[in-house]
Amino acid sequence: MSERASFDIRRMPGFVAIALATFLVLYAPIVTLVIYSFNAGMSVALWEGFSWRWYEAAMHNQQIQDAAVRSVIVASFASVFATVLATMAALGTTRVRPFRGQTTIYALINQPLMVPEIVTGVALLIVFATVKQATGYSGLGYLILAHTAFCIPFAYLPIRARLEGLDRSLETAAADLYATPWRAFRRVTLPLMMPGIVAGAMLAFVISLDDVVITEFVKSAGQDTLPTYMLGQLRRAVTPEINAISTVLLFISVAIVSAFFVLNRKKA
Amino acid sequence: MHAPKPSVDASHPAPAPARTGALNLADEARKREVRTSWLLSAPALLVLVTAASGPLLIVLVYSFLAAGDYGGVVWSLSGEGWFKVFLSRDIFDDTVGIADAHLTIFWRSVRLSMLTTLICIALGFPTAWFIATRSRESRNVWLFLITIPFWTNLLIRTFAIMEVIRSEGIVNTVLMTAGVIERPIQMMYTDFAILLGMAYVYLPLMVLPLYAAMERLDFRLIEAAYDLYASRWRVLRRIVVPLVKPGLIAGSILVFIPSLGAYVTPRVLGGGKNMMLGNLIELQFGQGRNWPLGAALSLTLLVIVMVALIFYVRIVQKEAASRE
Amino acid sequence: MTESEISIRVSGVTKTFGEGASAFHALSDVSVDIRKNEFFTLLGPSGCGKTTLLRLIAGFDHPTSGRIELDGEDISQLAPFQRPVNTVFQSYALFPHMTVAQNIGFGLEMLDRPKAEVAATVAQMLSLVRMEALADRRTDQISGGQQQRVALARALAPHPKVLLLDEPLSALDYKLRKDMQIELKRLQSETGITFVFVTHDQEEALTMSDRIAVMNQGTILQIGSPREIYDRPEQRFVADFIGDSNFLEAELLTGGASGRLRLGSGHEIEASVPEGMTAPRRVSVSIRPEHAALTSGAEDAALTGTLKEIVYFGTDTHYHVALGSGGSFIVRRQNSRGVTETLEPGAAVGISLGPRSVQVLRD
Repeated sequence: MSERASFDIRRMPGFVAIALATFLVLYAPIVTLVIYSFNAGMSVALWEGFSWRWYEAAMHNQQIQDAAVRSVIVASFASVFATVLATMAALGTTRVRPFRGQTTIYALINQPLMVPEIVTGVALLIVFATVKQATGYSGLGYLILAHTAFCIPFAYLPIRARLEGLDRSLETAAADLYATPWRAFRRVTLPLMMPGIVAGAMLAFVISLDDVVITEFVKSAGQDTLPTYMLGQLRRAVTPEINAISTVLLFISVAIVSAFFVLNRKKA
Repeated sequence: MHAPKPSVDASHPAPAPARTGALNLADEARKREVRTSWLLSAPALLVLVTAASGPLLIVLVYSFLAAGDYGGVVWSLSGEGWFKVFLSRDIFDDTVGIADAHLTIFWRSVRLSMLTTLICIALGFPTAWFIATRSRESRNVWLFLITIPFWTNLLIRTFAIMEVIRSEGIVNTVLMTAGVIERPIQMMYTDFAILLGMAYVYLPLMVLPLYAAMERLDFRLIEAAYDLYASRWRVLRRIVVPLVKPGLIAGSILVFIPSLGAYVTPRVLGGGKNMMLGNLIELQFGQGRNWPLGAALSLTLLVIVMVALIFYVRIVQKEAASRE
Repeated sequence: MTESEISIRVSGVTKTFGEGASAFHALSDVSVDIRKNEFFTLLGPSGCGKTTLLRLIAGFDHPTSGRIELDGEDISQLAPFQRPVNTVFQSYALFPHMTVAQNIGFGLEMLDRPKAEVAATVAQMLSLVRMEALADRRTDQISGGQQQRVALARALAPHPKVLLLDEPLSALDYKLRKDMQIELKRLQSETGITFVFVTHDQEEALTMSDRIAVMNQGTILQIGSPREIYDRPEQRFVADFIGDSNFLEAELLTGGASGRLRLGSGHEIEASVPEGMTAPRRVSVSIRPEHAALTSGAEDAALTGTLKEIVYFGTDTHYHVALGSGGSFIVRRQNSRGVTETLEPGAAVGISLGPRSVQVLRD
């Protein structure tokens, strides 16, 4: 005997189909890219067998090696700097009674999220071109400074969210139990902030690692990071080498973001 | 277990300066608190002013200077940069006319951004609804699947689209092998390619705020609407859409703004001919060698973005106010 | 009491939040002496200032004016971590990133006690609150009642001179609360520490305290033993907040510890009068419903009236009487089996009052 399905108020005609199609469209190109990075042949459409060929080629390419090292250096410095600065700023701007200038601080911190990257890139190009000429220094410092700046809001937001959710009575309890303000911070506040700080640092690292536009405008000659190297290559003949680099970058991002999710889950 | 809020009598307001002898003490403490706030924020602000906000002011200055012959600027006041944003001077007889090339690019930027937003709504709305109506556990999985592309490199995603649609790409190869077409369809370097790419890369930005709004939706309201004889389509139009409007607006702004300032996607998929605003700006600092014009164009883009943001904030505030 | 018996002396303390027209007086000129080794309760409705007073003693806020002394020493300007006073918070405020044992040892660690001493005291505290088995659990993995006991052990471990308890039982369910009340009394007598307990629950205050201070609107209305507070409430708010009361207008004829009083019905009766009150004057009096009884006849009844309503409560029955002299009166009678109700609404009844059942109020 068949039972009549109950009326599902959540069902909307066609929605499930569109949603599943959307997920398919979202993942199909990425999955294709990953699969064909292991293709033995040149084509991105004809499968000629499994091979690590393009990974090996990428690994032995001096330019790619340099770009990868540069990417990691810039992302490491920028994420560490941004996280330290954002942690301090979060401590300064949360859990205080509103004061004059607080909105200005918020606006400055969030500004990189609102201004189009191309505009910031152009602005930095103009300023750094002058500074480079005046000082003669054209090292990675400019990239690290620029990346630190636009990573600050990404590090700041999770840290601030964590701090705001922190039960103030815990610090009161620490003070009640003879902890001086500094020890209360070291033993109670900081450990409880840690998931936010780690999350902020991871986001900052991913954001820095993935940046194309600002890097493209700020970098001096011969300072390609992996993304700008790829952008340059895309104008010429595309080889599956690019697929291989993309796949590696993709997995780094996915790994870090997954870790971020797990960390956030634990907190909740 | 989550600990309840610290115990404070209901009528216990935040401590504030008191009236008599303690006044100075409380004032002093308050001053110290504010000073600490500024000191802690100062290093971050210093970096941001040096490498984010400050340079924008320099852009403003540059937009009023004259262009140097080989890039850079000449330090003399000039309105030429701003003049050239919309107008052009004939090389032969100096007659002033509308800068058609620029207008075309402006129009393409706005049109493609709007279309991108519409496509994202069309795909994102059902997707967000789908996620919001799953069981609690599977919801997190679907949400994670939406977030992953959001956090993966935009260039890589654009490149992935390129691999699908270029002449030697998977679509053309499959169609040719199957004998449907004889020669590859030219999809790369068209407005269609840019549109496809932008909708693809910005879609998660539409789904996430929409989902956040739908997750808060009180489904008893929908039951009530069905109880009052509404059809599915009418429930959608009269109940769901009005209730998730803040999420819809947030998603639209989040897609529209980066689309307008897009640089990577049109450069990779649109090529040299189908430029958008971002590429036009870049051109002035590359081959075009007109920094003041580039600066003026950047500020124009910035103004459009700010207007959109202010519009958004207004709506959000109005929604918040009407809810109280 | 002599100076050396006093643990905490609060003198003339005022606490104001905000300024000008929006200023809020959380405490106005509050003075109280708390004895050593006493279970002292601050009782009052929410917003009465009891928690503010507790926070001032703990050092989380500083008084706007007035002094707070601990063993004769002014502590009002000391930071919380400088005061030998510990608090059990309403939310417990257990550190979620530490184990039960680490929570309990935190205070001693902050006092830089040797590791061996910390470990020994923690072990002792764990057994005092019967939590030995859960020493290495994280605090979010134990039940509410267990969290409560950890919070207690944590606050007791540094052996403070005074333990402050801010409505510590309010988050527990009824049965657990009853157990913890007994547990708290046991801990207090075992440790010999002065307990200052804040609650809005009158029953809790009456059963646990050595003395109670009843507070309302930032002032202390009356301080006394539970029996004094219940039997001889000196103010209308106290009589009303703790237990039930009938309020009548009367004429005080003679003053003194036990004066004479003429009720509205014309009946004269003995009453307890607050210290220093002069006669003759018009006064309000409070009579507990269980201190009155119904009589069938009007003779030797203090009050007469008509029975309006009989409400059955299981353990006892309430009789609502409309008084002949105006107003209404409730008489409470304990129920016992086999007694059938003979009265019916509409009957004329008299009310007799036992000796010392009438309390004259100051306001």
